[in-house]
Amino acid sequence: MIAAVASGKGGTGKTTVTASLATVWGGPLVAVDLDVEEPNLHLFLRPTIEGREKAHLTVPVVDEARCNCCRACADLCQFAAISVMGSVILTFPEMCHGCGGCFAVCPEKALSCGQRELGEISWGRSGPVDFLSGRLRVGEAMSPPLMRRVKGRLQQMLGSVGGDAIIDAPPGVSCPAVNAVLDSDVILLVTEPTPFGFYDFRLAWQAFAPLGKPLGVVVNRAGLGHDAVYRFCRDQGLPLLAEIPYDRDIAAAYARGRIVADLSPELRETFLSLRGKIGDLARQCRPRKAVHA
Amino acid sequence: MREIIILSGKGGTGKTSLTGAFAHLAGGQVICDLDVDAPDLHLLLKPQRERREEFYSGHEARIDPAQCDGCGLCASLCQFGAIRENGGGLAIDPLRCEGCKVCVAFCPMEAIAFPEKHCGQWYLSSTRFGPLVHAQLLPGRENSGRLVMVLKQQARELAQARGAALLLCDGAPGIGCPVISSLSGAHLAVAVTEPTPSGRHDLERVADLCGHFQIPLAVVINKYDLNPEETGRIAGFCRERSYPVVGRLPHDLSVTAAMLRGLVVTELPDTAFSLGLKRTWSRIKGLAGLGCQGNAAPGGES
Amino acid sequence: MTMIAITSTGPSLDDQVDPRFGRAAGFLIVDLETMDTRYIDNGQSQVMAQGAGIQAAQLVARAGAGWVLTGFVGPKAFKALSATGIKVGQNLEGLTIRQALKRFKSGGIEVASGANRAGRGGR
Repeated sequence: MIAAVASGKGGTGKTTVTASLATVWGGPLVAVDLDVEEPNLHLFLRPTIEGREKAHLTVPVVDEARCNCCRACADLCQFAAISVMGSVILTFPEMCHGCGGCFAVCPEKALSCGQRELGEISWGRSGPVDFLSGRLRVGEAMSPPLMRRVKGRLQQMLGSVGGDAIIDAPPGVSCPAVNAVLDSDVILLVTEPTPFGFYDFRLAWQAFAPLGKPLGVVVNRAGLGHDAVYRFCRDQGLPLLAEIPYDRDIAAAYARGRIVADLSPELRETFLSLRGKIGDLARQCRPRKAVHA
Repeated sequence: MREIIILSGKGGTGKTSLTGAFAHLAGGQVICDLDVDAPDLHLLLKPQRERREEFYSGHEARIDPAQCDGCGLCASLCQFGAIRENGGGLAIDPLRCEGCKVCVAFCPMEAIAFPEKHCGQWYLSSTRFGPLVHAQLLPGRENSGRLVMVLKQQARELAQARGAALLLCDGAPGIGCPVISSLSGAHLAVAVTEPTPSGRHDLERVADLCGHFQIPLAVVINKYDLNPEETGRIAGFCRERSYPVVGRLPHDLSVTAAMLRGLVVTELPDTAFSLGLKRTWSRIKGLAGLGCQGNAAPGGES
Repeated sequence: MTMIAITSTGPSLDDQVDPRFGRAAGFLIVDLETMDTRYIDNGQSQVMAQGAGIQAAQLVARAGAGWVLTGFVGPKAFKALSATGIKVGQNLEGLTIRQALKRFKSGGIEVASGANRAGRGGR
């Protein structure tokens, strides 16, 4: 089972929930940080890193001796990564999405493979838990290509050791967030009961509900604001799987890098129960076929 | 006209609440919400929409099953795994489609259409603090960087037309495409951070990004009293890199209280937090070269 | 080369130099020998979020310009312009077209050696 922990709004507690679930999971688990723009999971799980590698995107390099500036590649490219200026062909590798169209369309075989560094993938162990993370290069604009690489490695890891995975997804509801939850079996939406939290929660629900995957809700900082999120869950039949109370001491402990599930027996129990409910949700819904699978 | 962008790297540090209060303190300047993915500023500013435009960006491929002979060439060329057998034939998953047109160009049956992609709306609105340029990306859509550019363009034109001294932008979390787009052309970036391991880590990344694009950076440490040691480390980092720390604000639930009433915190009676925020804003104005000249804020100084 | 492209807020010599290159309102193409001018509207670039600079470079190359006079040029546009041998004179915002031309003719504009704006136009 792959469970993705997502939220519309940033800072609602995705990483807190992911780290806490990882510590109470029991059984083989890969904890994956797919928030490649701002990866934070390692700050809480403090893994021993066993390996790392750079991830690259294949981009075109022009062999000017072969290129006759026919423009076929520039006409096909949707991302302005290749441009013909008179009798000069120019590439803008930072614009390339790696679709491979230019290579396929070039009649002169005048393009060879270059590379743009996307970032770094690292892996290791945190106690009994396997750890995997992507880290976008500062200045790189596109996170989905690196996320695809991280997910590729996750498949390898799951293929060799089996077990479950829990994914810390990026905030938001656009391409990176959707990319992170696309291959999961269950999506956990973490929110806080404030106007900002609720507004973004509803956006996340609109983005993720069409995927046809089971959704569960975790309310963090419960008691802080209003009850709109509870009413919404009731009306939409969304299961509320856990509540983490608002407590200044929890916030202060988090600020010191503590894992919330380790703070008290009650909180540990909250996450143990959440872990069980995630399993139930995945099992209940397994036969259902996702629309976009 | 000066352009200030409020950033955070990490989400949930209070960026939007602070931007709302700055918009109040600036008074009558042009405001722009560049977090098009999960915009929240409108929840505080209660905009009256005056203009609404649809936003189209890029294209998406669609297979016409009546013309497709199922040869599978498109699926083998697609680098994004977007084309799969779907019971009755090949189909394109719109969530995985990158809009690269490769399948369209190579389909021997010319069975793939390539319509423009409707990605959301943007709005020009009026608020009690001045005009707001904002947007809503349709949930699950891509290309928020492009929408950010459209918003900035509109906001700049509006600011110019009104002779505004300031364009105040609320940015998105992260360091990727929308944030990079939102930095372009800014005179000053203000990063709102919090004294947590994630807050400091993400601040360092967003600071590197600003360095990469040569945008001057100032830092606000919000909720500084949650972890004084971490606050010290953040201040040390800022000193080392010569980023001015323009504010240390306490953890204060009045921000949430204001949000629940649809207000910004400086509209409530003064607290230590809001007084600190006012001092923060005057330092930001100084750094951005706004000083006391131009259309300086009514009630901006305490 | 006697053709010059100036980013312009309008079609006349008394309009302002548009500080933007890729997203300029338009380009005034001036033949220095005859002083004939031609205005190319660039309005469609306002809604383009990427490649505006590259497209603008293509536009002025097609117009036969050997120089571009403007305010700011981004790195991609600069790369495209220099690839076609078009020289760039920058930081001319605040002048009218007439003033910029006068300064150019008097030799008061240097060939830029690189982009003077780090910003970029989104993915």
